Amino acid sequence: MPLRSLLLMTALAAGTTTASPVAAQIFDPETFTLENGMDVVVVTNRRAPVVSHWVWYRVGTADSPPGKSGLPHFLEHLMFKGTDSLEPGEFSRNVARNGGTENAMTSSDFTAYFQNIAKDRLPLVMRMEADRMANLQLTDEVVLPERDVVLEERRSRVDNDPGARLNEQINAAQFLNHPYGDPIIGWFHEMETYTREDAKDFYETWYAPNNAILIVVGDVDAADVRPLAEETYGKIAPRPVPERIRLAEPPQEAARRVTLEDPRVAQPSVVRTYLAPSQRQADWETAYALDVFAEVLGGGTTSRLYRELVVEQGLAASAGAFYRGSSYDSTTFRIYASPRAGVSLETLEAAIDQVLETALEEGLTEQEVERAKKRMQAESVYARDSLGGAARIFGVALTTGLTVEDVEAWPERLATITLDQVNTVGRDVLRAGRSVTGLLRAPSSPVEGETG
Amino acid sequence: MRSFLAGVLVSGTLAFGTAGSAGATVPVEKVESPGGISAYLLHEPSVPLIAMSFLFKGGAQFETDEQAGLARMTAALLDEGAGERESLTFRTELEDNGIRLSFDADRDTLTGDLRTLTENRALAFELLRDALIEPRFDVEPIERIRGQLTAGLKRRQNDPNTIARQAFFETAFPEHAYGHPSEGTVEAVASIARDDIVAYHGRQLALDKLHVGVAGDITAEELAGVLDEVFGELPAATPAPEVRAIEPAPGTLVVVPQAVPQSVVAFGHAGIDRLDPDYYAAYVANYILGGGGFQSRLLHEIREKRGLAYSAYSYLLDADLSPLWSGGVATNNADVAESVRLVREEVARIAEGDIAADELEGAKTFLTGSFPLRLTSNARVASLLMSMSSLGLDEDFLARRNDYIEAVTLDDVQRVARELFDPEALIIVVVGEPEGLG
Repeated sequence: MPLRSLLLMTALAAGTTTASPVAAQIFDPETFTLENGMDVVVVTNRRAPVVSHWVWYRVGTADSPPGKSGLPHFLEHLMFKGTDSLEPGEFSRNVARNGGTENAMTSSDFTAYFQNIAKDRLPLVMRMEADRMANLQLTDEVVLPERDVVLEERRSRVDNDPGARLNEQINAAQFLNHPYGDPIIGWFHEMETYTREDAKDFYETWYAPNNAILIVVGDVDAADVRPLAEETYGKIAPRPVPERIRLAEPPQEAARRVTLEDPRVAQPSVVRTYLAPSQRQADWETAYALDVFAEVLGGGTTSRLYRELVVEQGLAASAGAFYRGSSYDSTTFRIYASPRAGVSLETLEAAIDQVLETALEEGLTEQEVERAKKRMQAESVYARDSLGGAARIFGVALTTGLTVEDVEAWPERLATITLDQVNTVGRDVLRAGRSVTGLLRAPSSPVEGETG
Repeated sequence: MRSFLAGVLVSGTLAFGTAGSAGATVPVEKVESPGGISAYLLHEPSVPLIAMSFLFKGGAQFETDEQAGLARMTAALLDEGAGERESLTFRTELEDNGIRLSFDADRDTLTGDLRTLTENRALAFELLRDALIEPRFDVEPIERIRGQLTAGLKRRQNDPNTIARQAFFETAFPEHAYGHPSEGTVEAVASIARDDIVAYHGRQLALDKLHVGVAGDITAEELAGVLDEVFGELPAATPAPEVRAIEPAPGTLVVVPQAVPQSVVAFGHAGIDRLDPDYYAAYVANYILGGGGFQSRLLHEIREKRGLAYSAYSYLLDADLSPLWSGGVATNNADVAESVRLVREEVARIAEGDIAADELEGAKTFLTGSFPLRLTSNARVASLLMSMSSLGLDEDFLARRNDYIEAVTLDDVQRVARELFDPEALIIVVVGEPEGLG
């Protein structure tokens, strides 16, 4: 159920601020801010004597320097390569030797690092994470092999996979000016040019306590975490960090089409994306109404797209839609479908357009909207069934311009969304001129020596 | 910052006393229903939800080659209409009440997962009972699921990872159920008839093949009743699949040409039975070789030192008919021969019993210290409890598991590494356009 969990994250992270604080609804976190400006969120969960410890930086690949797409992801790899006092690889060895698991992740808007570990080892990982926030050491000896590693990562994730290659082209076509058009991992020809200095400059520009958020979930409370945070992260001096100002999108006026043909594609598919406002850009009503619209149109196997295309007309093997509201700048509303054998992409696309036209012209129904809201609200209970879930939801929200209150108020606010809001926002956003249609298929005549 | 590092270095050698505390905080109960159906339960009321995982032993072992995909197809149809509820009604009841029900099948099992909010549990268990006992297998969902499976198979048929995994099993197990594509084939899925599905369902879903794990907001007394309600109408026993245990074929190198920039490599050879007394020594040895992420020799040699791959790993696969040790790596076509050479070299090195005391200690502190992390979500615990039942492990296994790891000595791990690993036995499959191999 990857889509449901994705929806959860977007839904929980979707909605702008300003509303007055409401009663805690989901995680009941404690929050405070260190003197140097580092925000802290603590969620107590006493199931096991363990914690999930995260540091999120408010910087992502959309903040890459020109010509260095994906650089923040490269830096994320290099953050494991040692500090003034830790050898390359020693960070990970210390985590493992203390029974911890760890990883890191990069998106367009954030870079995050985490360790899951026994609660009595929390001081250790906080010291080490604070150390690499301030004291990263990079030499060509570790930087250059790691550049090869991220190139191999790109080959694995993108170059070996026609569907991933099409997605890159769709994103590039969707964003005419904004750096969201660049892949998170970066373009190959730009990745090849990364240097130690590029990474170091980026680190020194963006990695400061006042640009970071500490999130701890587990068998601790704020009274436990505060003194530890003050002794570690709190000792790092704040410094000026640039505002995240990305190139803005101009008005989008023309529907775009991109087609990727590759003889390795045996199962074609179609994707339609629409430029859509994020919760930060618009307001929570708009974002939540779009979430509900996506759920009715294409969430699960009782949605309009699934019922019409997969069940009733039998044209598609799969079909659905989703909206990702948790984005610092503009985001997309996406529709996807994959045809059954013998059905052309053109036929399938026409059927999608018909479902969409009916939904927009006649509007969704009260019953559909209420059902969707109820389904979505159950997600907030499931989100409590893990430590990492809460950490990810708060981390994504806080790095995309939302607040703790936005997360906690989500079920209550979602309940207030009306049919009228859902239909209005659907008609506003789902306009052809702001869309990209992507087709994935084999060439019509097979390339010599290949079989489709 | 240098001052705290002394502490960090020392901490690696500290004993990590979680075995006892994990046991104390994980009171697993063995629940037996009035009807004689048993399950492992962790009662955890802090979040109002219940997770149930269960499996039936058999899976694709029941399939003939002509029926490849039958187990998966049947699994996918169980939540597509049951009892009085046709497919749409059934799925609407699930979705509108936030009930997550899914089924799948693999080489050895048909599995199911149910997640429900406590407030909806009566309906959730009713729907699960219907799905297991009275699936409708109507024509529309059969054709729809056939179309979905076919699309999925086509989507993956040129995916180098899928090809590598399948080619590995075909090479290791020619003329055997394990060499047969348990995910199905487009041709076989096209020919599966409703009668095949009904027959497989009747044979697969029986109490003698069932293992259940439950975690969450439900007591032992409540679960006892639920077990009879949900599973009680299944037959007590049905014939087992007609399959035999098998040893993997001798070591070999297979190249499957595929026009991709990066070659995908699958490798492995025979493993060790999950219930073998040496299993934990083997588990520790594999952690050192390829199971320990950045701490493993494979990732260190291939990625950290040379930048040849994003990932390189190995694991013990507890397959019922032929336990395996297996792994993977992916490297651009020009350099993949070097990655393959390094895999062979590291397997040869550990096969000589070359393991140092501090490597063993590092493995033990990680494997014991990280164990409680697996007990933080009901969904994960339910699945773990199901596996315990399936393996015939006692309910106090979670409390004792770290003792098994702690008991592994340097002599044990060196001896078992010599017995388990064998560079000559390596089956290596490379999908791509590798240079300098073959």
